[in-house]
Amino acid sequence: MSSRDKILSAVAANQPRLSLLPDLDILKGGDINVVEKFTEVLTAIGGKVINIARLDEVTAYIEMNTAAGQRVVNLLSEPLGMRAALTDIKDLPHTLNNIELAVLHADMGIAENGAIWLNENRLGQRVTPFICQHLVVILDKSNIVPTMHHAYEKIGDEKYGFATFIAGPSKTADIEQSLVLGAHGSRSMTVFLRDI
Amino acid sequence: MESGVKDHAELAAIFNKDENRVDWHDETLWWVRQKRDKMAHGLPGWEALREAASQIKDNVLSNLSEYLQQFETNAQANGIIVHWAADAKEHNEIVLELLLKNGIRKMVKSKSMLTEECHLNEYLEQQGIDVIDSDLGERIVQLAKEPPSHIVLPCIHKKKEEIGDLFHIHLGTPAGNADPQLLTEAARHHLREVFLTRKAALTGVNFAVAETGEFVVCTNEGNADMGAHLADIHIASMGIEKIIPERKHLGVFLRLLARSATGQPITTYSSHFVKPREGQQLHIIIVDNGRSIQLGREDFRNSLKCIRCGACMNTCPVYRRSGGHSYHTAIAGPIGAILAPNLDMEKYADLPFASTLCGSCSNVCPVKIDIHQQLYKWRQVIVQKGYTTTAKKASMKLMAFTLSSPAAYHTGGKVGRWVLKHAPFAVNNKFNPWFKQRDMPEPPEQSFGEWYNENRKK
Amino acid sequence: MKVGLFIPCYVDQFYPGAAIATLQLLEKLGVDVTYPPNQTCCGQPMANSGFEHLTGSCNDLFIKNFAGFDYIVAPSGSCVLHIKEHLHGDADPQATINHKVYELTEFLTDVLKVKSLQAKFPHKVGMHQSCHGQRGLHLSQMTELVAPEYSKPGSLLNMVEGIELIPLNRKDECCGFGGTFCVAEEAVSVKMGKDRVADHLEHGAEYITGVDMSCLMHMEGILNRQGSKVKVLHIAEILNAG
Repeated sequence: MSSRDKILSAVAANQPRLSLLPDLDILKGGDINVVEKFTEVLTAIGGKVINIARLDEVTAYIEMNTAAGQRVVNLLSEPLGMRAALTDIKDLPHTLNNIELAVLHADMGIAENGAIWLNENRLGQRVTPFICQHLVVILDKSNIVPTMHHAYEKIGDEKYGFATFIAGPSKTADIEQSLVLGAHGSRSMTVFLRDI
Repeated sequence: MESGVKDHAELAAIFNKDENRVDWHDETLWWVRQKRDKMAHGLPGWEALREAASQIKDNVLSNLSEYLQQFETNAQANGIIVHWAADAKEHNEIVLELLLKNGIRKMVKSKSMLTEECHLNEYLEQQGIDVIDSDLGERIVQLAKEPPSHIVLPCIHKKKEEIGDLFHIHLGTPAGNADPQLLTEAARHHLREVFLTRKAALTGVNFAVAETGEFVVCTNEGNADMGAHLADIHIASMGIEKIIPERKHLGVFLRLLARSATGQPITTYSSHFVKPREGQQLHIIIVDNGRSIQLGREDFRNSLKCIRCGACMNTCPVYRRSGGHSYHTAIAGPIGAILAPNLDMEKYADLPFASTLCGSCSNVCPVKIDIHQQLYKWRQVIVQKGYTTTAKKASMKLMAFTLSSPAAYHTGGKVGRWVLKHAPFAVNNKFNPWFKQRDMPEPPEQSFGEWYNENRKK
Repeated sequence: MKVGLFIPCYVDQFYPGAAIATLQLLEKLGVDVTYPPNQTCCGQPMANSGFEHLTGSCNDLFIKNFAGFDYIVAPSGSCVLHIKEHLHGDADPQATINHKVYELTEFLTDVLKVKSLQAKFPHKVGMHQSCHGQRGLHLSQMTELVAPEYSKPGSLLNMVEGIELIPLNRKDECCGFGGTFCVAEEAVSVKMGKDRVADHLEHGAEYITGVDMSCLMHMEGILNRQGSKVKVLHIAEILNAG
């Protein structure tokens, strides 16, 4: 018998009587101000939240926070000035190691934990939001949901090969529980909230 | 325990020789417990969320064979190659074969307690494969040639000065510098080079969804993603119990996991892997290694609900004061003490006794495993299977005889107070472990029974 | 209402004061209470060590002693929890014993519904939450759970005139007694006890009290070895004081 069959038959023989799945709707909780909560939580976990009226403000931010010659990758559908022109990054993921700053559009934010949802079709390459030194995310306020239950409801049976929740900069507290931002992934995460 | 092998009590006694260090270890982990409390108390419906998670996991265990097959079918349809390993040996051999078939001799690995349980690193090293752990804490213990002492905080037993010394030797950081910021930055540079050059990456699996064939890996550092998205081959190792039924159930567990583990609202990264990257191979190894046996033990099957958050360790007053290594198994603390005897009852016979049965572990468990009840039940099984010392057996029998016989008890009480003689805090000498650091109660003039006879007997 | 008084073996032998206070307190409250003379032990020391299978005759003796009472009351959360969860014997097939056994403060709160006490204890007192009483019998709310605060022993202590209950840094951490754990894991047990005691001392306790004499005996052993003047008292002794 193959290991597969051995395992499956042992499991079938030993599993208890079927028990029912719970109703998740009761877990969603009451109404909250999602923008306020999202901002509060993401800030508390080391992210930055900036409210903007126009994308120009992001352009200005990028020009303030990068130097000429540094690689900026813009994966939105419109350019953000000279330094963040639209870029194609379809080659080897390893070549992205020199990205100083990447700008992405997120389809959803989650108020309770400050996370954003990124489907790989927003990333150019899967590694982009991890390998860049600094991550900039554009998020529409109308796309912020209260909890993870609402998030998965919205995701539904969305198709993706890879997708991820990112909540703040990469971090570690492995050395004596001292929090250090910038472990292996991005050193910062800045979310620009649009009034849409 | 057989001679030569130290048990939990002996290892804990060694750990306790440095009381300042015990205090530091205890306070550090208590702080994590408090962060967890703050999160739990700040989230509306926390207890209902735990209950839902518990019920989902109960359902998983009750329908596991079906879910495993469903997962396999869907994962394969997504282009994932699924392997099955009956035990640790088979798991390790599958990993080796995948590496050799692709001509790879160097691998990067993110945190996977399963590979610790299987002793994968030692095995691969013996086969000439170079493995680098990419989680900062795991890299630190790997450089120190030690196992992790905690499933979420692998080097929580190490002081920053010791880490500074290790990094000075291995990574060339300035001698005597123990600044966490500087050390983390050094590790970032060292490991980025590793991520960019390794062709194979192994990750663990936090949750695998039967409905969609996808799996989720959670990290704060981003190391699992850095490895997986840059490697030609991604191997994910998972125990059979990591399955959950539907994608929407991820919402429940992702809400609980980081809050319970470290007091964060969610881990920085919760990555959902469905298909291999273009040109990449994506393999999953589904491992049993004793889990199907545990599933058949009615009293202990609930231990398979564990989502490896480590909350039971952080709250455990014994773990905090004995250190993870005193449990001499890959998964320390209360959860480790109920998982390990399933793997080897004789070797881990001491672990269910390394507890006061205070019950705090069961209260913090996000999937409501009755950990302290299982510790009690393992004690019964271990004793009945004969994995206890004969001396302990004899004294217990004598105690049972005396305490079930009023005459023997009262005679004993009159002459020299039988319990006083046979209770642990009995004899006033240095061989008595009670007396080593504690005084004994002062014997009263008369027992309550005697007083009652004189004062109340009609 | 006929109440059988169960006095745990080590209380009988070492701490008769706690047993006397329990008896007097119940008598003061008008309870018809009797102490069956042939009692020994609930069997917990064996069961917690993995020898539950040897507790059969101990259980039968317990049932024989107490089957005739409406309630069984004991000044110990730990022994009561053991009886509730693990005591079963041929003499009591319906397990009626398990349902009529009460820890003292639980009995005062839930059965007698005590609202006031004639007691006076003008001292600073630290309340130790013994785990089996707290997490096993739910005598007080547990800090791990997100649920409303309450404390049966705490409420009773607050009825005592002049008492000042001190706060603690860790209000429900285990003291490390743990039955045979206290000798089998001597190093950790003592360290846990020292840390609990230090918390009480830091907050100025003159007395440490609790519902279980076993935890208190362990902490007393440490206090005395340290030469401390702080005393331990069973909660019955405070509720019966003055």
